[in-house]
Amino acid sequence: MDFELTESERAFRDEVRAFLDENLREGAAESPAFLAEWTKKVRAKRWVGFSWPREVGGGGGSIMEQVILKDEMAKRKAPPLGTCMMGLAWVGPSIIQYGTEAQKQKYIPDILDGKYQWCTGYSEPDSGSDLASLKCRAVREGDDYVVTGQKIWTSLAMWAKKMILLVRTARAGEGAESGSPSGGAATDGAKRGAASKHSGITCLLVDMETPGITVRPIRNMTGSAHFAEVFFDGVRIPVENRLGDEGQGWQVTISALASERSSIAEVHGLVRKIDEVKALARETVRGGRRMSEDPGIRRRIAQAEAKIEAMRLNGMRFLTKQLRGEPLGAETSINKLHRAALEIGLGELALEILGSAGTLTGSEAPAVDEGRWARFALGWPDVVIGGGTPNIQKNIIAERILGLPKD
Amino acid sequence: MNFGFTDDQRFLGEEVHKFLESSYPLRTVREVVDSPTFGGSDATLWNRIVSLGWPGLCLSEAHGGAGLDLETLIVVLEETGRTLLPSPLISTILAARAIERFGTSSQRQSWLPGLADGSRIGTFAMLEAGDSLSPAGVGTTGRVEGNAIVLSGEKRFVPDAVGAGLFVIPVRMVDERAGRSASAGNGDRGDSSLDEIALVFVDREAPGVSVSPLAGMDLTKPMGTVTLSDVRIPLDHLLGETRLGWSAVEWILDLGAALVTAEAVGSVEAALELTTRFAKDRIQFGHPIGHFQGVKHPLAEIYVDLESFRSLAYYAIWAIDHDAPDAKLAVSRAKAYASDAFAQAGILGVQLHGGVGYTWEYDIQLYLKRSKWFRPIFGDADYHYERAARLGGL
Repeated sequence: MDFELTESERAFRDEVRAFLDENLREGAAESPAFLAEWTKKVRAKRWVGFSWPREVGGGGGSIMEQVILKDEMAKRKAPPLGTCMMGLAWVGPSIIQYGTEAQKQKYIPDILDGKYQWCTGYSEPDSGSDLASLKCRAVREGDDYVVTGQKIWTSLAMWAKKMILLVRTARAGEGAESGSPSGGAATDGAKRGAASKHSGITCLLVDMETPGITVRPIRNMTGSAHFAEVFFDGVRIPVENRLGDEGQGWQVTISALASERSSIAEVHGLVRKIDEVKALARETVRGGRRMSEDPGIRRRIAQAEAKIEAMRLNGMRFLTKQLRGEPLGAETSINKLHRAALEIGLGELALEILGSAGTLTGSEAPAVDEGRWARFALGWPDVVIGGGTPNIQKNIIAERILGLPKD
Repeated sequence: MNFGFTDDQRFLGEEVHKFLESSYPLRTVREVVDSPTFGGSDATLWNRIVSLGWPGLCLSEAHGGAGLDLETLIVVLEETGRTLLPSPLISTILAARAIERFGTSSQRQSWLPGLADGSRIGTFAMLEAGDSLSPAGVGTTGRVEGNAIVLSGEKRFVPDAVGAGLFVIPVRMVDERAGRSASAGNGDRGDSSLDEIALVFVDREAPGVSVSPLAGMDLTKPMGTVTLSDVRIPLDHLLGETRLGWSAVEWILDLGAALVTAEAVGSVEAALELTTRFAKDRIQFGHPIGHFQGVKHPLAEIYVDLESFRSLAYYAIWAIDHDAPDAKLAVSRAKAYASDAFAQAGILGVQLHGGVGYTWEYDIQLYLKRSKWFRPIFGDADYHYERAARLGGL
């Protein structure tokens, strides 16, 4: 075991640290002018899309450099590297791998520059965890696909200018009219019977201003809205906006979903949260004693911290595997499950520390911190459900790692 | 960056695996512990372990060891944990590492070679009637009388006590004339009481030492009671130059906790494999039961916990070996997490096996019993989470 960085890795880390010392100002993160300046500077460093090849405008960073960059940024709570979050996370990698030259030139620079937001049209009312059963239909008419159907849980849809959209171009069992009919079967673990379900799916890049698209925001249980329903009524999408072959859509998007990371950096966010919960426990006095003296609370805080540390160390084992050239697979579900349990658990812990005051949402006493903890305790579904529910993560582990039969 | 094993270490792990799989599968382990002559150590098994050099694997070459680091030991312990090997390996290594770290050079010279070559089995005897891993838990006294120290007290739950030839024991040094500790009998001890604690060596053959076995549910991890009735030991049997104090005891307990947790990784891994295999083979309602999410999900949960405490255990071992500033915290997190996780894996393992899991014949129950032994040894989840909370600033 060896936790040291090599000389060149250290040099890179020092470069990042020096950059942060120079450019990060405490409390400035909310200022739009600062953010604009920040974004320009990190873009000039090629730290936006740092993992992408240099030919497309990315940074060509090695795996270790990517980890160092994210880690240092997260430690210092720096603003994000780039503003087009969906584009950087999901759309860009798919376009780089499957896009035509024209598509790469049209979209990649804009994603890197954060010119506009992307959203992802994946889930449907009847296709959530079972995404491949999606029904939103695209029929080829001349040089267009005509799309009719509905998407849901589409984050940022009301602000996005573009969408990466999964549609059905062939009914289950029909096969695709062009491209590889076995495309979907390449998906790991898919049974033969399910292959046809995957192979009728096509990926389109959609301009959200196209006539026939209606976006209806969904108010979530916290009262705010950042995801939406999106309706397609005879929406004409030019064929040149198809990403990959017809029927290849599953592969095109899954490849991006599958480019798993060792997720070490997200641990810093959790450490910050548990530190805040600890501070809350020290400050909160109930029944004449500080909640930080309550044995039950102490144990659960220590448990959460052990779990966070386990995530960090798991991430380092995954990273070690990547550095050996072995791809990561289903084991990344381990940390997704921990993350889910912690997102829920830390909110619960905060509310239990606060007792009755934890339920208040107002800005005046006896509400605490302007009701921040109540919002905190209701915010977990974004993370816990959005990235694949815990039950799905457990299926993934059971089937792909333990080798148990598929449902 | 490499949070994993070297090729050499992996090769060693594979060799150990092959040896134990062929020579000490659970069937053989059962025969060993069922034998009426098994009192705590099986001579044949110990001789084989010794011939492979495991006791001295991570002792310095100057003292007859192989000079490897503690992380290399992990690959061995994972395998002994898989097959629930009934050997005093961890106890002996723990005693040896304590002597290597805290002993004078002449103490190292006189005691380590015998532990490294397996001619002597060692163990660390901490607990007493109060069953407490704290300075207050040390009630056994040491009284200097001329050129001897006179020990009296009773040590309980001593791992591998019956087979051991050398005990490393924390005692409370008391004033010669008063004959009692200044703060004895007072639960609220100040710092001075921490300094009263010393570590001593006790030879099994010394007059006044008696050892009796304790019947426990995990037959593969025998324990015993060691009674010290005015045992006279020479002054140079005081470990180190002077009284080492509580911090040395704490270090030994931490190393013990890290070693048993590394071994528990192998045990939970094997229990999960057994149960997963059963879930694939057992057909009910027309399907292997592993087809149902009610069976799948608990198995996935065991896997998540296993891999997580594996990471914590590896890091704890590394942190102790490198005297990392967060070593104590690392150990407490590993042992706390593992204590809960192993207990749960044992219960779920038996439960998912259904009726046959309850039988003597099926092996899964052996892991359930090992989990019960594992929970309190060197501190349970309550102890270590509370310690972690304290170390974490609460």
